[in-house]
Amino acid sequence: MTVIGWIQILLYCAIVVALVKPLGWYMTRVFNGESTFLSPVLRPLERGLYWVGGVDEKREQHWLTYTIAMLLFHVGGVVIIYALMRLQAVLPFNPAGQSAVAEDLSFNTAISFITNTNWQNYGGESTLSYLVQMLGLTHQNFLSAATGIALAVALIRGFSRSSMRTVGNFWVDVTRCTLYVLLPICIVYTLFLVWQGMPQTLGAYVDATTLEGGKQTIALGPVASQVAIKMLGTNGGGFFNANAAHPFENPTALSNFVQMISIFALGAALTNVFGRMVGNERQGWAILAVMGVLFIAGVAITYWAEANGTTALQALGLTGGNMEGKEVRFGIVASSLFAVITTAASCGAVNAMHDSFTALGGMIPLINIELGEIVVGGVGAGMYGMLLFVILAIFVAGLMVGRTPEYVGKKIEAREVKMAMLAILVLPLMILGWTAVAVVYPPAVASMANAGPHGFSEVLYAYTSQTGNNGSAFAGLTGNTFFYNTTGAVAMFVGRFFMIVPAMAIAGSLAEKKSIPPSMGTFPTTGGLFVGLVVGVILIMGGLTFFPALALGPIVEHLAMNANMLF
Amino acid sequence: MLREIRPAIILLLALTAITGLAYPLAMTAIAGAIFPKQAEGSLIEKDGKVVGSALIGQEFKDDKYFHGRLSATLAPDPNDSTKTVSAPYNAANSGGSNLGPTSKALNDRIKEDVDKLKAENPDAAVPVDLVTTSASGLDPDISPEAALFQVPRIAKVRKLPEEQLRQLVTQYTQSRFAGLLGEPRVNVLALNLALDGAATK
Repeated sequence: MTVIGWIQILLYCAIVVALVKPLGWYMTRVFNGESTFLSPVLRPLERGLYWVGGVDEKREQHWLTYTIAMLLFHVGGVVIIYALMRLQAVLPFNPAGQSAVAEDLSFNTAISFITNTNWQNYGGESTLSYLVQMLGLTHQNFLSAATGIALAVALIRGFSRSSMRTVGNFWVDVTRCTLYVLLPICIVYTLFLVWQGMPQTLGAYVDATTLEGGKQTIALGPVASQVAIKMLGTNGGGFFNANAAHPFENPTALSNFVQMISIFALGAALTNVFGRMVGNERQGWAILAVMGVLFIAGVAITYWAEANGTTALQALGLTGGNMEGKEVRFGIVASSLFAVITTAASCGAVNAMHDSFTALGGMIPLINIELGEIVVGGVGAGMYGMLLFVILAIFVAGLMVGRTPEYVGKKIEAREVKMAMLAILVLPLMILGWTAVAVVYPPAVASMANAGPHGFSEVLYAYTSQTGNNGSAFAGLTGNTFFYNTTGAVAMFVGRFFMIVPAMAIAGSLAEKKSIPPSMGTFPTTGGLFVGLVVGVILIMGGLTFFPALALGPIVEHLAMNANMLF
Repeated sequence: MLREIRPAIILLLALTAITGLAYPLAMTAIAGAIFPKQAEGSLIEKDGKVVGSALIGQEFKDDKYFHGRLSATLAPDPNDSTKTVSAPYNAANSGGSNLGPTSKALNDRIKEDVDKLKAENPDAAVPVDLVTTSASGLDPDISPEAALFQVPRIAKVRKLPEEQLRQLVTQYTQSRFAGLLGEPRVNVLALNLALDGAATK
């Protein structure tokens, strides 16, 4: 670890925190339906969309209608992606002549993109046409991100409203999020990325004659426009197989730094939207503090582990840390930081190969996802995931003092706690359940690239990542098999929607409750005690659930490494 | 619920057209007009032929060139399309080795390469980036230490003074962005192009 490394980390945190207030202010205006500086341009387009879609923007929806609207929207999304992938060979914008994608891989990818997972069983440049990348993947990058944010806003409205049966209008929230938040940022962001060296072309792959006389086919494409929303919307599905490690998908240290900021920007700002909507910004800062504590701890461990390297590397006299699967322009610190950010945030883009991380360095990304990606989290998904943990923490605090717990003026009662538990239990069910099946099913075991405990970690990571809708991978695992494509799709679907429905039920039930003013006995939820309590609940829940599995994977591998055991 | 079906279809199609076609196509047109070189992949031409991209590493095996990182990229086996074969710096199929820290294959490979490099230049410490594969398999850069490490070999093959080569490396070393972000690095293709240029002078 170096001083300049830590300065990069602190600078990163400072910039993200500085963006929270302005972005939170802007997004609050967008979701309250107020006009913004972009309204003169975008308002006519927005009204046109409502007109053709038959949406009455004044009509709000009950939480159940809101949820059904969201689900219907996704059915269409699956159909579009699946059809495009199956038909890409006969559709335009296919200069590389990619053939139709297999059924199971198309299904896995369709589920993967509507759930904001963007798991890459597909190979990017070696599998998909430009049309699929744009019309199939880029569009769903926008819409799954907009959906996540809309759902988080609906849950926040549940807290901020009093005695109301509705939580907003899904169509309005998704449209406004796409038009006013995501698109304008992406347009500027794309140009920045191209300036840094990212291709943006519909031209065919180029054949180069290398200095030594070999032939090198260089894959190109409309990369920048997809990468912009991939990062901003915490989608993470790469244009190229190597994702953000590919020099075209992340050309410079500066493009890398800005990409890292864009992963956290909207998710962090949502804590401020929460604070503003419930009428006390400090409530939002308290939640961001919980996220910050967990984040810094994760960064410190991964950075330390990667900078130390492995005992085998040290024995050979190699200093400079674990550079296997990392790029020189990023080095140890920017690779470690990126890995923690991308898994904290449900992004899943990678600028280094997590499979080649040291055992402990790779364990932090695993833990980040297993805790529910609530450290900033996916856009929207992180916010509603964190609020579920807050409900639990408040409930625990209520038990300690023997009083009905309250949070931002709402009584937290049996229904909310049950729903929160239901949503949180989905994670271990899918992660541990499918991992257990895979490690006793011989064809699934054959997919492991590494022997010993690392092979187990690959499988555990695959289901963790898909259930958590993250999308990063211990990529050695051959995931493009019938077993992993189908079980992974189930994990992604359940991990996304079985969390959303209970969260929305909480939104509905909270919105109907009266707001009560804080009294002497109300547990203050803006101070250090609250932050510590929530951090504790998250770590204990996650620790009790996943520690046994981690012990079989990364922890035993770390001990084996120190004992010079190789597999 | 029925009244949600119309927006589910129409809004989906409309937003798909905006974000999936209008946006990427408009960005392609604008980016191509403002940054034509980058938008086309930062290609380098020499005598009218494309020799590579400034951002994409390529394979150097010849002793007279600076070598880049190891690359674990694959290509379909020409004899059996269900299998893959090693194809370093395949810029149409990026990827890493994905070998974990306790992999015997990885540690054997590293040990073998370290021994080889020590034999080539016994005076300097072996830089870690010369014996590890990059994440993309297309890393265009090496560390300045890794470039300097190779100077004696190249000086011998090309019969150039080492001092001149070291100056060339220093000249082509890019420092951290704003002195802060990323790591110091040397673009191998640019360095080798300059090396060929220096040799012909």
